[in-house]
Amino acid sequence: MQNKEELLSIENLTIHYETDDGVVYALNDVSLSVKKGETLGLVGETGAGKTTLARGVLRLVPSPPGVIKNGKVMFGGTDLLSLNEVQMRAIRGSNISMIFQDPMTSLNPVMTVGQQIQEVVEAHNRRFSKEEVIKQAHAMLEMVGISADRSSEYPHQFSGGMKQRVIIAIALACNPQLLIADEPTTALDVTIQAQVLDMITALKDRLHTAMLLITHDLGVVAQNCDRVAIIYAGQIIEIGTLFDIFKHPLHPYTRGLLGSIPSLNKQVQRLSPIKGLMPDPTDLPAGCKFAPRCKYAIEACSAAEIDMHSINANHQVRCILAREEADDE
Amino acid sequence: MSETEKRKQRTLAAETWRRFKKNRLAFAGMIVLICLVLIALSTIVIDLVTDKAIYDAYVIKQNLRMRLQGPSKEHIFGLDEFGRDIFMRMIWAVRYSLFMGTIAIALSTIAGGLLGSLAGYYGKVTDNVIMRFMDVLLAIPSMLLATAIVAALGTSLTNVLIAIAISYVPTFARTVRASVLTIKDQEYIEAARALGASDSRILFKYILPNSMAPLIVQATLGVAGAILSIAGLSFLGLGIQPPTPEWGSMLSSARAYIREGWHITVIPGLGIMITILSLNVMGDGLRDALDPRLKK
Repeated sequence: MQNKEELLSIENLTIHYETDDGVVYALNDVSLSVKKGETLGLVGETGAGKTTLARGVLRLVPSPPGVIKNGKVMFGGTDLLSLNEVQMRAIRGSNISMIFQDPMTSLNPVMTVGQQIQEVVEAHNRRFSKEEVIKQAHAMLEMVGISADRSSEYPHQFSGGMKQRVIIAIALACNPQLLIADEPTTALDVTIQAQVLDMITALKDRLHTAMLLITHDLGVVAQNCDRVAIIYAGQIIEIGTLFDIFKHPLHPYTRGLLGSIPSLNKQVQRLSPIKGLMPDPTDLPAGCKFAPRCKYAIEACSAAEIDMHSINANHQVRCILAREEADDE
Repeated sequence: MSETEKRKQRTLAAETWRRFKKNRLAFAGMIVLICLVLIALSTIVIDLVTDKAIYDAYVIKQNLRMRLQGPSKEHIFGLDEFGRDIFMRMIWAVRYSLFMGTIAIALSTIAGGLLGSLAGYYGKVTDNVIMRFMDVLLAIPSMLLATAIVAALGTSLTNVLIAIAISYVPTFARTVRASVLTIKDQEYIEAARALGASDSRILFKYILPNSMAPLIVQATLGVAGAILSIAGLSFLGLGIQPPTPEWGSMLSSARAYIREGWHITVIPGLGIMITILSLNVMGDGLRDALDPRLKK
């Protein structure tokens, strides 16, 4: 894992939404990287900034009110934030693709699914002839397990799971190096979720695509990711390999998240939820953003911003106590 | 090939047609309109072939001895105040009402659609500039606006067309803008952008086709309205000039004789009414048939 080349590296990305009611600090100084071919899971509560991060990478933050304040998004050696709109458009869909949360509304209702796949292929491969474009579109449909005869049908003639597969076909049609999946299975029922995820993983391995999988479902993360980043109130609070996060969680929030999933092999009367709510993103607390909800919080937590602390080469955490604990060992 | 496979491979046009046929009323409206178009075309051909001989002999030739004669075997719609055959005049007048109405609305649909979609899509200053200008146009009653334009430019066929087209632009711009605004925020627009689609592609392939339904209804209703406006302008003496037959001007000149001969006002009025009714029911049926989401 270590020696693999970095594909995407986000450095100190800060995105604010400047609304009339005040500034929403959606993303504060986020740094993370995705290596070629790996799957990074990004886990966080609703409103933690997961989607903003995904949009930030593709420069799709709605503006106004969104403003990218600071940072770099390095992709294959270029800073995406310095590109102009035309250059950015060439990257979207061909080098970086995105799958959205709700398959029901992510397809154009007045175009056949075949046309929608052809469109992406056409937009990014101008030299292709019409036949090649159609052939590629049919091949993509077959690849996600939908018969090519159905390419002349409209999205409303497909079920939710099949629509999501069509979306995946569209996203992978140009062999992107990075796939951003923003809660790809949240809107689907559990059996279909498993099918869709298995398919994404299989295709990803076949096409050597790296993936940034955004979710709030730790089960999904455990099954699919190589590394995991936990985001809270617009900050990465812990990042590490799947093993690090699930077996040696250090941040109290990560522990809280893991403590709130039901386990099959332990007899537990009640689950232990994390008390309280995420802080108001227009009025974030000083220091550790999690301190007000943390049962281990000490005065030093709220005194100053907490820096990321490396536990080992892969595992980093943003917590004073975890650092002391690690130092003690 | 099995029945289901055949169904799948139907094209959009065939699918639309299949659904449109189910709506009897709309279908009837379409038949009436097709007949009108055929009539209009055949009169144009007759004029070209006979070098307007029939037009001169039957449509504008006056016969004052027979004026205001009621419907009879020879003249099924009777004769007007100058003894001209109303049936022939009605037939020769179809082209003006139908084609001018359609052309005027086509012009304003294109102009209004473009302005409305730009305003809705880009928002901010673009939206304000375009829509405030449309508001100014809307503040003037459309008939008055058309009258003013014709009065300023002079009475001619083209000027009437321009006047009517301009007076309908704001309605179309508003309709399109409203639907663009709702569609702009749909997730598939964002998805398209995430796949690298350009602004123009999103506007023309995603937003406009999805906002077509209200535009089509508005346009068919608009043609009906435009036919009325043309008739109205002619009624006021600003549209098509006598002796050229036009339903509105026929109605206008006939109104003085309504006590002596009811048929000369009722027949052009019925002509206008039937055409507009057909357009309206067809527009309604077309909207239902065009929406793939209603497909069964």
